[in-house]
Amino acid sequence: MNTLIELAYLVAAVCFILGLKQLSSPKGARNGNRIAAVGMVIALVATLPLLHFTTAGVIIIAIGVVIGGAVGSIGARMVKMTAIPQMVALFNGVGGGAAALVAVAELLRFGQHPAFAEAFPSVFSIVIGSVSFAGSMVAFAKLQELMTGKPITYPGQQIVNGILAAAILGFVIAVLAVASIPFSFVSLMVLALVLGVAFVLPIGGADMPVVISLLNAFTGLAVAASGFTLNNFALIVAGTLVGASGSILTKLMSDAMGRSLGNVLFGAFGQTHAGTAAVAGKEGRSVRSGSAEDIGTLLAYSQRVIIVPGYGLAVAQAQHAARELADVLEKRGVEVTYAIHPVAGRMPGHMNVLLAEANVPYEQLKEMDEVNDEFKNADVALIVGANDVVNPSARNAPGSPIYGMPILNADQAKNIVFMKRSMRPGFAGIDNDLMFDPKTLMFFGDAKDSLTKLVAAVKAA
Amino acid sequence: MSNELLNELTFFVLSIFVGIEVISKVPTILHTPLMSGTNAIHGIILVGAIVIASNAASPLNLVIGLVAVTLATTNVVGGFVVTDRMLEMFKGRNAGRAQGAQDGSQKQAAPAKESTPTK
Repeated sequence: MNTLIELAYLVAAVCFILGLKQLSSPKGARNGNRIAAVGMVIALVATLPLLHFTTAGVIIIAIGVVIGGAVGSIGARMVKMTAIPQMVALFNGVGGGAAALVAVAELLRFGQHPAFAEAFPSVFSIVIGSVSFAGSMVAFAKLQELMTGKPITYPGQQIVNGILAAAILGFVIAVLAVASIPFSFVSLMVLALVLGVAFVLPIGGADMPVVISLLNAFTGLAVAASGFTLNNFALIVAGTLVGASGSILTKLMSDAMGRSLGNVLFGAFGQTHAGTAAVAGKEGRSVRSGSAEDIGTLLAYSQRVIIVPGYGLAVAQAQHAARELADVLEKRGVEVTYAIHPVAGRMPGHMNVLLAEANVPYEQLKEMDEVNDEFKNADVALIVGANDVVNPSARNAPGSPIYGMPILNADQAKNIVFMKRSMRPGFAGIDNDLMFDPKTLMFFGDAKDSLTKLVAAVKAA
Repeated sequence: MSNELLNELTFFVLSIFVGIEVISKVPTILHTPLMSGTNAIHGIILVGAIVIASNAASPLNLVIGLVAVTLATTNVVGGFVVTDRMLEMFKGRNAGRAQGAQDGSQKQAAPAKESTPTK
């Protein structure tokens, strides 16, 4: 019987690996997700013979599966495309919490002096799982705008975090060397939860995707550690796969933002003050704003228009309106392309998903490297709800928090139309000099309304 | 070191290498779906959760088991469904891409003629 279970786990592991492989190529991605889901079902069914079917146990499993299944499927179906990043954070967090709880249950079962080989992975899982849970919840709150997206720093923060880490280490040693009593590992869990919050607080909202990816890798490792505790191969293999691939993905994501991971995680300390001071003195500059008719005419008589979509477009659900504008323009012989910054929206790839939903033809979507040289030949760069990804201070203001991030060269276009709800700074919380550029026309309003007005104006022109 | 632990360590180390190799190159557009997909896979903790829930005897253990199973199921179900929803969006685009590639080649063949080649 055990052989069969192990074989089923092996099949499940192969499914996960094939699924991951397919998920990393656009052609097979959806299939890859399904293969991984099949692997999950196989692993779960194979586990059934391992269970002791007590009445209470069956009841709580049934209740848990029904509630979790309902929450998960309804949450995932109802969520708006724009809110997906925080949804992923939430699902990641609950996984981390589950891993920590599994380890707690095992430590309770082992008694006061578990063997090191069992106790060590358990405390590892408790710490990492709890950090992932609490960190993901803060990431969720930041992205959902339940709290400020700006980095939260306070004097002595690093000292507090250091004390926290030292206390955790102390409890780990206590559990491993002295006695594994509930007081010690429950305290460990509480401290790790606090550490998770403290870890994410100083990181700005714009960097949340990288943080979520890192916490995703953490959860994977916590799951693998729980697998060591339970002597379960499925948990070890799947958890480790996620831990390893998640770490690589985290690196790829911070590379796409042109930053090092260390800079993303700890960049808030001591750096932002200089950045905000540098831009603070520039109040009171004038901006030009245009009417829908002005801008419609400008667009209609252009030859090349590059649309730069950003999070504002996503929030306003304006992807369809953007396509409509592009269609009207193309009918008049204007060449329209979309410039997609790697982190446009709130996650890498987020914008592609949204525009694909609006049936924007693939060949009009241009990645940053491809399109950056074309801006100087463009008559109009139409910036729809983007901000930080076209902010020249990433190029020329070393004090700025986004200094060094590769940006779209929208400022090289002959005319710039900046569509925004207000003069409010973007997600990174910094002013954008491009708005004050003499070539720039501001067009205030909700992205969808504004685009619809432009469609009418272009038709009339 | 017991034989079982040794086996487990072997699996662990090899899985690290497989995990790194399997996604060495990913286009930016797939970063979010891939993250979401790996997120669903660590929902495998549900296996652990049902094992501890079925072992639970004391009220405390039953509560822990219930919470763990609920959280883990949310992770698995939500993870796979939300990834599928994201990738569903690419389907339309893939169709568009096939068409786009055709358009592109025709455009290259006759760059002067801008009349729509579709239909």
